[in-house]
Amino acid sequence: MEDSPRFERLWTRTVLVGVVVLSAYLLITEWDGFVRLAAWFWAGLSAAPQSLSNIAAYYAALPFAQLLPSLIIGALVGIGMTWRTIYHTAQPRPILTLLGGGLVGAFSAQILSATIQHCTYLPEVAAAETIGGWVITALSAMMFLVPYWAYLKRAPVSQAGYFRQRGLAYAFLAPTLVSLFVFLYYPSVQTILLSLNARRFPIRTEKFVCLGNYVSLAEDAIYQSSFVTTVLITLAIVTLSLAIALGVAVLASQKVRGASIYRTFLIWPFALSPVVTGVIFLALFRDGQAGLINYVLTSGFGAEVSWLRTPDLARWVIVIASVWNILGFNILFYVAGLQGVPPELLEAAAIDGANKPQRFFSITFPLLSPYTFFLLITNVTYSFYGIYGVVDALTSGGPPVGPAGIYGGATNVLIFKLYEDAFTPGAPIGSAAAQAIILFICIAGLTLFQFRFVESRVTYAE
Amino acid sequence: MPNENPSPPSPLSHKERGGTIANSLSHKERGGTIANSLSHMRRGRTRWGVHLALIVVCGLICIPALYALQLATLTFDAAFRSPPQLFPPGNDLVENVSALFTRLQFGNLMLNTTIVALVVVVGKTALSLLAGLAFVYFQFPGKTFLFFVVLLTLLMPTEIILLPLFRMMSELEWGSLNPRLALTVPFLASATGVFLFRQHFANIPRELAEAAQLDGATPLRFLSNVLIPMSWNVIGAQALIQFIATWNAYLWPVLIVQDASQYVIQQGVRSASSSGGQTDFGLLMAAGIIASLPPLLLFILLQRQFMNGFALTRDK
Repeated sequence: MEDSPRFERLWTRTVLVGVVVLSAYLLITEWDGFVRLAAWFWAGLSAAPQSLSNIAAYYAALPFAQLLPSLIIGALVGIGMTWRTIYHTAQPRPILTLLGGGLVGAFSAQILSATIQHCTYLPEVAAAETIGGWVITALSAMMFLVPYWAYLKRAPVSQAGYFRQRGLAYAFLAPTLVSLFVFLYYPSVQTILLSLNARRFPIRTEKFVCLGNYVSLAEDAIYQSSFVTTVLITLAIVTLSLAIALGVAVLASQKVRGASIYRTFLIWPFALSPVVTGVIFLALFRDGQAGLINYVLTSGFGAEVSWLRTPDLARWVIVIASVWNILGFNILFYVAGLQGVPPELLEAAAIDGANKPQRFFSITFPLLSPYTFFLLITNVTYSFYGIYGVVDALTSGGPPVGPAGIYGGATNVLIFKLYEDAFTPGAPIGSAAAQAIILFICIAGLTLFQFRFVESRVTYAE
Repeated sequence: MPNENPSPPSPLSHKERGGTIANSLSHKERGGTIANSLSHMRRGRTRWGVHLALIVVCGLICIPALYALQLATLTFDAAFRSPPQLFPPGNDLVENVSALFTRLQFGNLMLNTTIVALVVVVGKTALSLLAGLAFVYFQFPGKTFLFFVVLLTLLMPTEIILLPLFRMMSELEWGSLNPRLALTVPFLASATGVFLFRQHFANIPRELAEAAQLDGATPLRFLSNVLIPMSWNVIGAQALIQFIATWNAYLWPVLIVQDASQYVIQQGVRSASSSGGQTDFGLLMAAGIIASLPPLLLFILLQRQFMNGFALTRDK
């Protein structure tokens, strides 16, 4: 590519024209859809005052004994965590800052508490629900506390290089923010609301059951089995894909001729979709002599295995297919990470008499830990969500486990069960929504763990 | 991996070394040290070992795809023959592929998916560029809070909101009347994109913005004449990742698109496996290969740009 400014400007202009043409095409062909979106949005906006007065009415009717615990927990979390956070930073008015933290916490705690209608603070609920309610309240308190701390710790900024038209900044942010609110925040709240309702058998209307769906999920044999399956499959995928990728990356970062060609051949499967991966492995592992794996097994060992009909083996096929799919992505990042390991460190260690494995485990591997944790998150995310296409194409959640399949399918992973439950006729929507929330908590917890602990601890010698 | 939210990891402590994927690909020899000359002496033996090991690993990774390629050239019956015909290739590749395009309307599906993927890529890039511009080149009340609002969405995968989103789409009748909008509009905002561009812009010298202001340039002109020309690597990497993710998306299209003529390509692959009783593996593998060609070709063509854009260092 030519790097002249003139070329870049021409290129920019060409792309911009293409973008305008594409947008115009979409606007013209899908105009009616946009009109309905605008009407829907306008209806939502006009209903906002009504919603606000509903919230006010809700709080007016809420017994103080139910409201008080959420306020106290929020305020305690606010004061305690703010104290921890500002302890190291010099604040001009520490008491005021702490009180502010308490207020922010108490207010912020109301967001999720009001969403679940403070139902866990009723006197008659089970202990598990009460504790769940505390956790929800504390988590909710953090939602405004985190930006509050960011505000406290903000660094003084110079005025240089900022545009002065503030209104424009909001205009530039508006598309992103509106889109996030309408298509991410609003549905998330809806998911929580859905998860609090259940359909009692004879009646078709939905009834508020507080955390009842979560409690019954915890007691459901099929859900437990699905959870265990997901955890096992995830563990296997993550361990195998990271370990193999690291080994291959060490190999691929040797300075040999044609290294970049090797890398292309190692990395490419990550461009394939889970569905395509699934169908390729379906062909490989199918029953009978025509499948490659069974053919090799028969001619080598005289044994033929029914891979996709045997519960344990079916899980392994899912694992192998998924590892094949994501391995390239991991190799890509590990190769990059290995390139950043300073050779001086390795040389110094070699002079001190450390052998190759010692050098790898005491220098290279710790230095790679940011990459490992990043890949850990992406691989767990893949094993929780992305795996849907693999499972759907390979096993459709089967084969059944237990007498008459009372434990569901052997590869009935959480994401597959969720969408089976949510989109079959007469589906238990509330339970499916609760499953979605549980999945969300798993991934969000892991990601937060990475942000909070790993990012701050895993760097050496800075 | 079709993960649409890759947030690059934090820097290694020795960031000035520039541990970017780009650097790693251009394997320059670092010359001159004692250790290097030591390794030169051992080169003859280890190099062949490395080549051999790399060839074996590449072979293992490519076997499933080679087998799929071979199956794609076979007829329905030949794909079930035992022992399997592993060599030579059959003569039916053209027939299988043409069956895809006539019977399963793959041309149509590819066009659908291309439009959807392009709209998502363009929309995400445009929205993220504007948001990045606002976060880096403006000061306004509520900036920290609004940034946190975007940051928080990194924790919310779309998979968990598909249920209410599906209901919303039914209310809007997008699933039945405007599947193209249902596949694109809900996914136009991207927290990852905002971060990437915010980080990239923060590394661009502020003098450029000052100069632009002295010249009286508007923010949008600054974006189009200065920032975008300086960001093609990042834009390209981001666009490639989003294109692959959208092209490979399966779950949401399955839920939303009922009309077979509006299917996306992944649904086409799935329907190739379940048309009729017995699976026609030749047809199915051909479908998988055809569906994978666009992302694979893009990846191979743009490999270098892709890796340049994902510079993993977060220099400040």
